[in-house]
Amino acid sequence: MGMLGQAIADGVLTGAVISLGAIGISFTMQIMRFANFAHAELLTWGGYLALVVVGFIGAGLPTAGLSFGLGLLAAAVLAAALTGALAWGVDRLVFQRLRRSGAHHLTLVFASFGIGLVMRHVIVLFWGHGSRFYTSELQIAVEVLPGVRVLPDQVFILAITIAIVVALHLWLRHSRTGIAMRATAESPALAQASGIEVERVIRATWFIGGGLAALSGIFVGLTPQLNPEIGGSLLLALFAAAIRGGIGSLPGAVVGGLLVGLAENVMVLVVSPGYKQSMSFGLLLLVLLLRPQGLFGERREGDR
Amino acid sequence: MSGILSYLVFFATVVLILGIVVLGLNLQWGFTGLFNAGVVGFYAIGGYTHAILTAAPLSGHMGNFGLHWSIGLGGAMVVTAAAAWAIGALTIRLRGDYLAITSFGIAVTIQLITLNWQELTGGPNGLTRLGRPLAGWFDTPAAFNAAYLLMLAAITALVYGGLERMLRSPWGRVLRAIREDELAAVALGKNARRFRLEAFVIGSTLMGLAGALYVGYIGFVSPFDFLPILTFQAWAMLIVGGSGNNRGALLGALVVWSIWTASGIAVTKLLPPSLAAQGAAVQVILIGAALVAMLLWRPRGIIGEEAVVSRHASD
Repeated sequence: MGMLGQAIADGVLTGAVISLGAIGISFTMQIMRFANFAHAELLTWGGYLALVVVGFIGAGLPTAGLSFGLGLLAAAVLAAALTGALAWGVDRLVFQRLRRSGAHHLTLVFASFGIGLVMRHVIVLFWGHGSRFYTSELQIAVEVLPGVRVLPDQVFILAITIAIVVALHLWLRHSRTGIAMRATAESPALAQASGIEVERVIRATWFIGGGLAALSGIFVGLTPQLNPEIGGSLLLALFAAAIRGGIGSLPGAVVGGLLVGLAENVMVLVVSPGYKQSMSFGLLLLVLLLRPQGLFGERREGDR
Repeated sequence: MSGILSYLVFFATVVLILGIVVLGLNLQWGFTGLFNAGVVGFYAIGGYTHAILTAAPLSGHMGNFGLHWSIGLGGAMVVTAAAAWAIGALTIRLRGDYLAITSFGIAVTIQLITLNWQELTGGPNGLTRLGRPLAGWFDTPAAFNAAYLLMLAAITALVYGGLERMLRSPWGRVLRAIREDELAAVALGKNARRFRLEAFVIGSTLMGLAGALYVGYIGFVSPFDFLPILTFQAWAMLIVGGSGNNRGALLGALVVWSIWTASGIAVTKLLPPSLAAQGAAVQVILIGAALVAMLLWRPRGIIGEEAVVSRHASD
């Protein structure tokens, strides 16, 4: 019982981090119509950009049982903005040109494959393959239920994730840009005809997707370490979460992320942890077999 | 002198093996528009199937059947085809990028199996004493290597000729028709999904064959011969050579593998060992950037697809 409870708690916490990463991949897939293999590297970049900032200002004084203080929070905000800008910059440099030249959307998928590889190896070039930590503070796990222990950092991450998702949901519902984004996701042609600047929507998508990816990467780096593989090793989980929930859907990406996180952690009780990445893939195959449009997605032309 | 010669033989062998992989990828992407992001997975399925079927029996291993190498090659193709069929049947009906994601997932899964399923794959240690094609017919390693190269040249020629014939047949024309305008092809009564699946399975089977030929050549198998970067290299070869053209696919294999090997040698010769990881990273960054640049400014590659005009048009 304790084992299962712990697995569920861990699953929810990993799931929250996967959700944050999956939101961007899901939105790009819906609005720009291509699976962005480079998205996972935005997680890694966010994590390392925050590391650079922490290197300058420090992670702050540990407060309230957390392993970090205001320094890391400031670093996270800055890294999220920079990663959003990076995502948009890559778009300007490559994806936008390909879109304008009328390239097949799979050419964009391929380009993203190459960009992801370049991005990951730039990290290796500067920081090497080894692990990095934001702080050397030790955390003491707290027993929240009998046999279920969580770190204060993890609780903090969960709370922040919930707050971000709620804020993003309200923003998509009520702000002009949010509504424009949803309209473009529905039909780019129709959105353009109604006077929506599609390029602006695309820019917003990159900034949101990149920023959330950065936070996701930082949270992975906090629990417990950063290495050049953190993004890449989550790629299948991100795709599984986005597709499982239904691409283009915010609640879908969040629920999908939670389900993937739960499944991974509960399955580890039965299957060797060496197969962790394949579990999200197994889930993905199951979804494609049973409900390709995902839990919250709608069938649309082109999905077949 | 003989050192350089034997290196050239080795180099040519690897180029031909990769050439078969790229021919398979060209059938999938160049002629059918299918995105396979898990090339290394199918290559590894072929390699490991051959190894498991032919390796000398060893206690504690489920496989190691010690069968003849011809059964290994055949089995490798059958198993790869089955794997490709399974994920193709599931995803080819969906959006194009779902095939990319699932084939990528296959590659990751295969890599995890090769590392973790000790009883079957030997884990990180791999499997040794495999059935090697032509083994025992030659007295010296040099003669074996030369003969293997000749055999590979013959197999590559066979694959190339077969593909050219198929692509010029009605079957090949339907593939291109579907790639160009699926709706029109379907309106003419062509079952687009079936043709796509056939092309995907045949292409993947060639990758499996190449994997089996590779492990048959080196005589052992380990997870480190099937690194994810191989998928990217195969794609680079296809794009550089010119997708949609089988001669381009082979030329791309030669050009990209030459650049890759030369830059690898330069990195090990010029950089101190402490910077080896950085050097390898630069190697990948340069190839990746070159590839994206190619997509932007020269999407046709070196050769590119021939424009096909009906032979009746000139009348």
